[in-house]
Amino acid sequence: MTDLAIENISVLYADNVKGTASTPALDNINLRIKAGEFIVVLGASGCGKTTLLNVIAGFVRPSRGQVAKIVRQQDGRESRSILSGPGADRGVVFQKHALLPWLNVLDNVAFGLKLQGVGKSEREQIAHQCLVQVGLEGQERRAVYQLSGGMQQRVGIARALATDPELLLLDEPLGALDAFTRESLQELLLRLWYNRDKKQLLITHCVEEALFLASRLIIMAPNPGRISHQFELSFNREFLACGDARQIKSSSAFIEMRETVLKLIQSSQQTEGTL
Amino acid sequence: MNAPLHNNLHQKDTEPAEAPNKPDTMLEYARIKGAGNSRSGIVYSLISVAGLLGLWLAASELGWVRPLFLPSPLDVLQQLAHIADNGFAGASLAAHTGWSLFRVFGAFALAVVSAIPLGLLMGLNPVVRGLADPLIEFYRPLPPLAYLPLIIIWLGIDEVSKLTLIYLAMFAPLVLSARAGVRSVLPEQLHVAQSLGAGRRQQLLHIILPAALPEILTGMRIAIGFGWTTLVAAEMVAAQSGLGYMVLNASEFLNTDIVILGIVLIGAIALAFDYLMRLIERKLVPWKGR
Repeated sequence: MTDLAIENISVLYADNVKGTASTPALDNINLRIKAGEFIVVLGASGCGKTTLLNVIAGFVRPSRGQVAKIVRQQDGRESRSILSGPGADRGVVFQKHALLPWLNVLDNVAFGLKLQGVGKSEREQIAHQCLVQVGLEGQERRAVYQLSGGMQQRVGIARALATDPELLLLDEPLGALDAFTRESLQELLLRLWYNRDKKQLLITHCVEEALFLASRLIIMAPNPGRISHQFELSFNREFLACGDARQIKSSSAFIEMRETVLKLIQSSQQTEGTL
Repeated sequence: MNAPLHNNLHQKDTEPAEAPNKPDTMLEYARIKGAGNSRSGIVYSLISVAGLLGLWLAASELGWVRPLFLPSPLDVLQQLAHIADNGFAGASLAAHTGWSLFRVFGAFALAVVSAIPLGLLMGLNPVVRGLADPLIEFYRPLPPLAYLPLIIIWLGIDEVSKLTLIYLAMFAPLVLSARAGVRSVLPEQLHVAQSLGAGRRQQLLHIILPAALPEILTGMRIAIGFGWTTLVAAEMVAAQSGLGYMVLNASEFLNTDIVILGIVLIGAIALAFDYLMRLIERKLVPWKGR
């Protein structure tokens, strides 16, 4: 069982004007992503949630703190290794613009395996399986720029799956999609999480999406970027059991939770205003 | 190493809102409309060319303009037949054309293999960028005729100086295009490669080069155009043949029909090459502008 530990992470961007007090983009974040968790980070824009994802992915080097991979043994002992820089153990799905237009659908998905030196027939077979998983069977030879936004995002997800990462990082992957496509992809993300039984972390500013997907919800507040609240949720399990997203999302428990979370975010923004 | 795919709980979801060719922007709309209309595009091109030829024919044949200023297209055609048979100024038409092609494409090949690597390096490395940028930006706007005397003094009057002049005209736009190509790489695309474990070499090979290719191809089209515009200046230097030399030589004797013939030939070759480059673009970078 491997966990990912975010330990005392602070990020100060260097481009602050001299003399002005610099507000950290992230201030002393601690978070342990346990094996099998689906963490959703929710917050208004500017709260540092994308910075947090970039630190975990290794694209941004934190000013303080570290990201560590922690392997838990059967007997309860733990071995740690510090992660520096990006790696194939953390797959990333981006909001947009991240497919490579010079490769077709299959080659986009197989790209990571190609970089790792996996042979052509093997990587194409794995890529094909990943495309089946995201519902794009038969689209292998199409050009990615001819696909709709939702299908492009499915390719992005399949590509991240192909190298079978321990942690799937999703940076507002559904933000640019229309409501129908969004819902079907939310369900896809939940089924993938359930089937693969690996860690997922998704960033979003959509409260409903966050509640529906998360097994643990992290709410962030801005100035400085920090974790303000955490909730353990089970709407995702309920969906996987019943398969009816509308029933979950219109249940009174869901709506009540949505209002609670919205109020929390609102109040954290109001305190920001009085500062 | 790869594990996925146990049972598939997944069911194929339908996505009603995703019609594949939904025209959601003006550009998209223009593209969809344009896709069915490439034939009418050619029709309009033919209309404009035929219109110009008709006007030319009328102006010369109806005596609106004296033949010294504008000879009839029929005269120009006759000259073409004459020169094709008998040559002009001591060389055959094929030799004139061949030498000009050699000069322009020889210089082009040299410029491509030197300028594109330099441009890529400038895009990737701030030191190279800092070193090369002022030099290129200084000489780039200079008219080739201004430094032609220096090139003759330094390199003499044979082929080397002709090639050098054309080479220099092509070098700057190629460098700039390769550099701009590197800049056009999206950070997301580099992040994708990094998160999939790509090293610097793999990022260059699999992300930066293909991403820069559309800009580089555009730069090649611009550069070859600069090459043709510099051809006449280059063939001012003690040339014995070449289309530019043909034009210069004919102008001294006020052979306006041969001047026009030379211009039309240069233009036609340049146009043909540009169409070829567009075909190559469509083949190599079909995603451009998408």
